[in-house]
Amino acid sequence: MAKLSVDDLKEIKERAAREASLRGGETNVKITVHMSTCGIAAGARDVMATLLEEKAECGRTDIKIVAGSCLGMCSSEPNITVEAADEEPIVYQHMDANRTRQVFRRHVLKGEVQTDFALAKK
Amino acid sequence: MKELSLHILDIAENSTGAGADFIRIAVDETFKDRYISIEIQDNGSGIRQEMIGSVTDPFVTTRKTRRTGLGISLFKAAAEQSGGSFEIESDGKTGTVLKAAFEKNHIDTAPVGDMAATITTLIAGNPGVDIRYEHTVSDGLFHLDTREIRQDLDGIDITHPAVLEKIRGLINDNIEAKR
Repeated sequence: MAKLSVDDLKEIKERAAREASLRGGETNVKITVHMSTCGIAAGARDVMATLLEEKAECGRTDIKIVAGSCLGMCSSEPNITVEAADEEPIVYQHMDANRTRQVFRRHVLKGEVQTDFALAKK
Repeated sequence: MKELSLHILDIAENSTGAGADFIRIAVDETFKDRYISIEIQDNGSGIRQEMIGSVTDPFVTTRKTRRTGLGISLFKAAAEQSGGSFEIESDGKTGTVLKAAFEKNHIDTAPVGDMAATITTLIAGNPGVDIRYEHTVSDGLFHLDTREIRQDLDGIDITHPAVLEKIRGLINDNIEAKR
């Protein structure tokens, strides 16, 4: 069966400990990937993969990425909702890997809302 | 859907919507067998007896945001148009089991696709849900169980990027590389 090796576990623990010393356990930004049939068919899994890559790259543990349900806006899928602490949630539409990267780097990391990609304020 | 793994992701997301905290996903594409079989089992709220006959109807859904429910109907259509079969069982209380088979050499059978992406997406997006993933390829059964992984992690969040990367690697090494 598949198990993480002892070396894998050691590496993970060291990395987690390093990051935890930089930041506590708080969540400052929550990103919801709307993962329903319409979203998945339109590419939500790639969007999720891109977000996970970006999160891994920036090493921030206060960003939470979760799967959500359908918004009822199937024609604008894949949709993601970015909720930064003390800010209004922004829904982004027609996401792909590139647009997701831009939203992550500009909005999530720097707080600049990408109005061109926004569907609406929730 | 372009890949069977996307159907699997979609059906498993239904399970989380039904309040499941455990999902078993089994894929069998053993070389000598004529079919690819997929089984998805959860411990969610199940489907009531009066609904079970109609869940494969695209115009039947319990959700309120829109009036169509395409996930199960698409999966069923995909299985049946590729010479396979589809069944769904639930006692209405303790979860649902869904089984589909796809004829391997049928022109309409989509590739199984990126299972590593499907499983990591499920784990990352649904931290409260445990997943057991079994995949049989020509040289044997591979299985991965988040309950075991959580134990080994000893308190570290399973959605930590380093963990997800390792899980992705495990699946790719054991499945993609051995197809």
